[in-house]
Amino acid sequence: MNIDKDLVAASATPLVLAILAESESYGYAILKRVREISEGELEWTDGMLYPLLHRLHRLGYVTREWRIPSEERRRRYYAITDEGHAALEEHKRQWVTVAKALGDAWGGGDLLPLAFGRA
Amino acid sequence: MDQLDLEIEEWRTFVEQSPAVDGRDLEELEDHLRAQIADLTEVGLSPDEALLVAVKRMGTVDELSREFAREHSARLWRQLVISDSGEQEQSDSRWLEALVFAVAAAAAIQVARIAAGFPTEQASWLLRNASLFVVPFLAGYFARRRRLTLRQSLGMAVPFLIAAVVINVYPFVEGGSTELLVATHLPVVLWFVVAYPYMSGVLRSHERRMDFVRFTGEWFIYYVLIALGGGVLMALTAFILDPTGVDSERVIDWVLPPAAAGAVIVAAWLVESKKQVIENMAPVLTMLFTPLFAVMLVASIVVYLVTGLGNAFDRDLLGVFDALLVVVLGLVLYGISARDPSTPPSWMDRIQLVAVVSALVLDVIVLGAMIARIGELGFTPNRTAALGLNVLLLVSLAGTAWLSARFISGHGTIHRLETWQTSYLPVFGVWAAAVVVVLPPLFSFM
Repeated sequence: MNIDKDLVAASATPLVLAILAESESYGYAILKRVREISEGELEWTDGMLYPLLHRLHRLGYVTREWRIPSEERRRRYYAITDEGHAALEEHKRQWVTVAKALGDAWGGGDLLPLAFGRA
Repeated sequence: MDQLDLEIEEWRTFVEQSPAVDGRDLEELEDHLRAQIADLTEVGLSPDEALLVAVKRMGTVDELSREFAREHSARLWRQLVISDSGEQEQSDSRWLEALVFAVAAAAAIQVARIAAGFPTEQASWLLRNASLFVVPFLAGYFARRRRLTLRQSLGMAVPFLIAAVVINVYPFVEGGSTELLVATHLPVVLWFVVAYPYMSGVLRSHERRMDFVRFTGEWFIYYVLIALGGGVLMALTAFILDPTGVDSERVIDWVLPPAAAGAVIVAAWLVESKKQVIENMAPVLTMLFTPLFAVMLVASIVVYLVTGLGNAFDRDLLGVFDALLVVVLGLVLYGISARDPSTPPSWMDRIQLVAVVSALVLDVIVLGAMIARIGELGFTPNRTAALGLNVLLLVSLAGTAWLSARFISGHGTIHRLETWQTSYLPVFGVWAAAVVVVLPPLFSFM
């Protein structure tokens, strides 16, 4: 399935925040996690992730620092802040509303909201 | 593996060419690339194949730099990468466009002067109306450049019309202080109206507001430069005409005001089209003057504390402090707008905080003394205007100091500081409008 570009872009922020809410992480691992969660359906161009992360940092939703893991190269780790958590909650509310509206409109009832059940 | 390193190096130099991607971003991207390659080789791809796949997944350099450019637009202030391709061909007609508006503004002010009785007499209505003969042309210039719709353009004209009606219906006492206050505050109000076409009608956008702040600062620098050049030109003209017996003062009297009006639009055009020239100047000026102001302000506090305020408390002091706070606020705004928001607090941020805090302390000292005495002196139009502006500036800078301290101590982001500044900006516009509209009737147009 080819998911619309706008939809991918719109879901990017809540996805990344949700992944960082699980645990702190770095770029490549975040992308791997996105593929894992979406079972490969959400295809991102890898390079897009970084400007997004930088934006989240500018808005104060995530903190970041360079660390040196086992290998010799430095790696930049991102962790979610309280403001990031708040933003994530706000995103969830909006997506649930959208999903519920779509579910109602399609008459399929509860299918979509179910997918957001944990929200 | 050596071959792979070489090819990664090649990829790096390729991406590096984009001005939106800086060294640390590149390091991050390379780490990503290498991790991807390691994973792919693990599942059986050769290093070459892995590199191909990894680079492909990363996205083309064009896409990459566009995405980075969108987030880090400040880095691009000088080389706008998101270029609309038609830019180059149009530069000629744009030059002409600016010239037309500049000449129109110059002509408008000249006609108005002649209507006011120039050169034999000078009616005072001209002074309070002067900005209305210039700024609408600037707004029109931007309305054209930003391709505003007809409805937007008409909406933009409304504040100009209201201003024109209000200040000409009011029965000002000729040469009174409320009339002078209108003459000085109306340009500020109209400048805020220019923000509407400048920001393409999107008034709520924080980024656009910051752009308008940048524009204002750079316009000011250009205007001063043009004025200096014009001054040299005038002086030389006077010397050259001297032996011919032509009264050079009269020539200058004819030429100077329309030239000053046209320069308003020329300076705006320069800011629009020559961004990279000023980009190197504005941060340097801020870097140079912020520490100097900090030193001056700290020294002044010490002097004030040692000698006390005394009684040499002339009535212009409040105006001086307004000017001081405006300059400090300008330095702060400029410093913020020119700084890369992704970098951690630097020594410049600390010096800026010192400057802001000492300006605040000084102002509170003066304000305290002023308020104590205003009871016996009474309110005049000038004092009210100066006091109001002072309080507004005080609040703005206090917020700045607080958020800046939080940023430096690691509890806040520079973004909060920026949004504080940009959300507060309209307050100044509203105040200036109040001085124009409300103050004169309050003081019965004296």
